[in-house]
Amino acid sequence: MAGSVNSKITPPRWLLAELTYSCPLQCPYCANPINFARINNELSTEDWLRVLSEARAMGSVQLGFSGGEPLVRQDLSVLVAHARKLGYFSNLITSGYGMTEAKIVELKEAGLDHIQVSIQSPEKTLNDELAGTESYDHKREVARLVKKNGYPMVLCVVIHRKNIHQMRDILEMANDLGADYLELANTQYYGWAHLNRDQLLPTKEQFEEAEAIAQAYKEKVKGKMKIYYVVPDFYEDRPKACMNGWGTTFLTIAPDGTALPCHSARELPGLNCPNVKDLSIHEIWHHSPAFNRFRGFEWMKEPCRSCPEKVKDFGGCRCQAYLLTGDMNSTDPACSLSPDRQRVYEAIFQARHDAESAVAKPLVFRNPKNSKNLTF
Amino acid sequence: MTLDPTQPLSFSPFLRLQWEEAQQKHVILYPEGIVELNVPSTEILRLCDGTHTAEDILVELEEKFNQTGLKNDIFGFIEVAIENGWVS
Repeated sequence: MAGSVNSKITPPRWLLAELTYSCPLQCPYCANPINFARINNELSTEDWLRVLSEARAMGSVQLGFSGGEPLVRQDLSVLVAHARKLGYFSNLITSGYGMTEAKIVELKEAGLDHIQVSIQSPEKTLNDELAGTESYDHKREVARLVKKNGYPMVLCVVIHRKNIHQMRDILEMANDLGADYLELANTQYYGWAHLNRDQLLPTKEQFEEAEAIAQAYKEKVKGKMKIYYVVPDFYEDRPKACMNGWGTTFLTIAPDGTALPCHSARELPGLNCPNVKDLSIHEIWHHSPAFNRFRGFEWMKEPCRSCPEKVKDFGGCRCQAYLLTGDMNSTDPACSLSPDRQRVYEAIFQARHDAESAVAKPLVFRNPKNSKNLTF
Repeated sequence: MTLDPTQPLSFSPFLRLQWEEAQQKHVILYPEGIVELNVPSTEILRLCDGTHTAEDILVELEEKFNQTGLKNDIFGFIEVAIENGWVS
């Protein structure tokens, strides 16, 4: 079978290259694994060049350089230039920390298509508190320089209970910075966000108010600013079509070369995700047990198996099913038909309890010290 | 924004129009998205080069495909392209 192509398997159109877990920021909702500080052996430049070439040959075209903070990698411009030569549309997903105008120009010349800058809050104090590092003024300056140098201005704000009440100011900030695209990403509860869920999950009322404000604004700026609103699935009736279906569209390569069907999949026990140091991207995508594990519908339990909506949502998210039920084969409890739906209500209840408590739990920040203390 | 058929049209510098071998299609690439194009749409967008107006595009494509009566289709697509920010 090696080298053969199953015609039902679609190409990995979207490639996320997590270049490093190093990051000067400490955001408590980071999607990186809790044990990131114990994962070493970053891929070499040659490994990344090969990964980019192999994935492109299979049809990958949208490329995200992410991390950690991808600017930490000294070979970033080399990778960007290679990606441009191959015909990728590439995006740098950055905190802006360590970015200079010279670097913005250098990356543009290397062929980078856009830069997505994240800002934690429109308010300096809260931004710096959440980032765990003084960074607000510099982030705004980077956003301005991105725009000035002819890139589309893509702004990302992760939404949670500490900033959801600032929705109006967030939208105004995006407008002031001349954002062409604004991603309002309600926190997804994986990695560090899962750990800090009680402190981060907003109440339903907060969600509804913020969403109404965002949707109204979306209409107002139509044709000028494109707003992507990532829905908070704890308050939905049906789960998200996670990754557009397992192993159909998205391929993440972690800093150590582990190939993942989604960026949280290394949390799943016994999945044994393959590594690009051992296998080609073709072999990984088509033949590895991990990438085939949740393809199609055969793996599903009830109520998904006989559900007509399985073709729309693919049973939801495997990582969320695992984190909430302990079984990655279960229906995602974000679905109201899930027998484990109670887990979602418990999460909402606990978060509300924390919000109303006189002594709220402190946030656990994402840094190497906490990573090592929390893991083996 | 409505279509002024006498104004030159330009494809957005933020996007890229390219041939994708794996899909055997032209696509528009933009931050966070891909749009697959059919042959006529690709022909129209390629002429949005800062010099052609919608009227020029109509004349050129009717000649190229040796067909008349394409105005509604071509202008309709250009309006969609303007609305999506692909063309201005």
